[in-house]
Amino acid sequence: MSKVYIALQDNDESRYIVEAIEADNPDVTVLHMPAMIRIEAEGFLAVKRETVEEKIGRDWDVQELHVNLITLGGNVDEDDDQLTLTWNE
Amino acid sequence: MAAKKLNIKDKYRLLTRDLDWDFSYEDRSKAFPFEEFEGIKITDWSKWEDPFRLTMDTYWKYQAEKERKLYAIFDAFAQNNGQLNISDPRYVNALKIFLTGVSPLEYQAFQGFAHTGRQFGGVGARVACQMQAIDELRHVQTQVHAMSHYNKFFDGLQDWSHMHDRVWYLSVPKSFFNDARAAGPFEFMVAIGFSFEYVLTNLLFVPFMSGAAYNGDMATVTFGFSAQSDEARHMTLGLEVIKFLLEQHEDNVPIVQKWIDKWFWRGTRLLTIVSMMMDYMLPNKVMSWKEAWEVYFEEAGGALFKDLARYGIRMPKYAETIEKEKEHVSHQAWWTFYTHGHAAGFHTWIPSDEELDWLSEKYPDTFDKYYRPRWELAKEMEAKGERFYTKALPQLCTICQIPMLFTEMDDPTQISYRDSIYKGDRYHFCSDGCHDIFEDEPEKYVQSWLPVHQIFQGNCGGPDVEDVLRDYYQMNVGVDNMDMKGSPDEERWKKWKGVA
Repeated sequence: MSKVYIALQDNDESRYIVEAIEADNPDVTVLHMPAMIRIEAEGFLAVKRETVEEKIGRDWDVQELHVNLITLGGNVDEDDDQLTLTWNE
Repeated sequence: MAAKKLNIKDKYRLLTRDLDWDFSYEDRSKAFPFEEFEGIKITDWSKWEDPFRLTMDTYWKYQAEKERKLYAIFDAFAQNNGQLNISDPRYVNALKIFLTGVSPLEYQAFQGFAHTGRQFGGVGARVACQMQAIDELRHVQTQVHAMSHYNKFFDGLQDWSHMHDRVWYLSVPKSFFNDARAAGPFEFMVAIGFSFEYVLTNLLFVPFMSGAAYNGDMATVTFGFSAQSDEARHMTLGLEVIKFLLEQHEDNVPIVQKWIDKWFWRGTRLLTIVSMMMDYMLPNKVMSWKEAWEVYFEEAGGALFKDLARYGIRMPKYAETIEKEKEHVSHQAWWTFYTHGHAAGFHTWIPSDEELDWLSEKYPDTFDKYYRPRWELAKEMEAKGERFYTKALPQLCTICQIPMLFTEMDDPTQISYRDSIYKGDRYHFCSDGCHDIFEDEPEKYVQSWLPVHQIFQGNCGGPDVEDVLRDYYQMNVGVDNMDMKGSPDEERWKKWKGVA
């Protein structure tokens, strides 16, 4: 299975997004690099609005992710509740 | 009655798909004249899916927020004299390459996507291309703004646009984009939207930018990551285009594969200069070119091609050669620039002993065997006051326009040469990849504007190299070029830092 990944700018908002991703996707690998955080997972990864809202303590729109996003790998699907990354094999 | 908030999918449908119209009194094929001549068959544009479902209002909202964050950092960087906090003044030379070689490509990407978006019959693809065109325009603007601050303190950044059009090594990136923009709309999308954006730009905008942060350059890392956040959308568009073309008609598969073969090879060659920026021009190291290549090309690209295998798409041609080259290209490129350092618009140097050790450690199979001895020799010559500059002008590859610096991968002491005769003239290439691209479309590439040929034909002033540099390239000779040691850049830095 190939790895999907997402990289975020290392800042205060991303920290909560990373916490939410870790909570919803227990098997992810989080890599800290200068100014960025890279998160990898085997085949699938989800960023869920509800979990991010819980961690960040306010309303959060899934499309807000664009503000802190650096890059990603995998097939994207985005709706009001989550953004998912998958590889089809 | 209160207005109901639309969900993303409905909003996307209403604000994107519903903006399309039918052609009742005009011939549709005349409205989209470029849609068919490449042989691509589109049966149903409505099958187009944009996974981000971004609408224009949301686009402006988030882009405005990104810009405010970005310019706040530019202001802080300038007000705080951020140029004094970089790790080492040698680092700025990577920015000179960036501004003269990469930023003008952002402008070419803007032109390319504006044109291509206009030529697509499907509204979803048109809107996505329109957003990408605006993104690319934003990228060139933010890069020029970020680097204008460095231009106040360092040489070589003063005439980037003029240099991009004329300087010998800058014809490499310029001709790459010219080639893509001179193709049809679908080839442009496979070239730039897919091959370039999905795999290759990551190597410049992620590990190199992380390296910029590690070298104290907050302005560059911020424009880099801000640009790359748009690239995440561009990558997704590139992947959607490929999937869409492959799902529309089986006849599209061999055409798309041929373009993938061509543009992955072209892109790999183009990234040679980034390999050298990573391994030789970042004084504080984050990762080697080889390591970055393994993460972003082999791992990410490998996953991508496994995903596309179900359509009958295979890995790009020459993937085996590309895999071997990661051990060599950065060293071969930096050596070429070092020996042509009198003709470059930035400074070159011998790596420090500490840096040579780092390279030995990162490239255990190749560096000590093939490359370190050259630097040891260069050090000896420099110590004797005989810093080496070559007198010759390099032979260029007709396709990638890079000097013949690459070696055979099975024999890294033998320069790789290929050639081909077309209508009685002989053309030269650096590799099988570039040779095959020529063979497929010779009429296109016999028109290449090759800087060294142009100099010899007397089209760039002269007669001496120095005349070309000064009058045709508009470099400040003796200031912008030559070794870092003894340069005005180095002298100013020492003065600011109070170092003798």
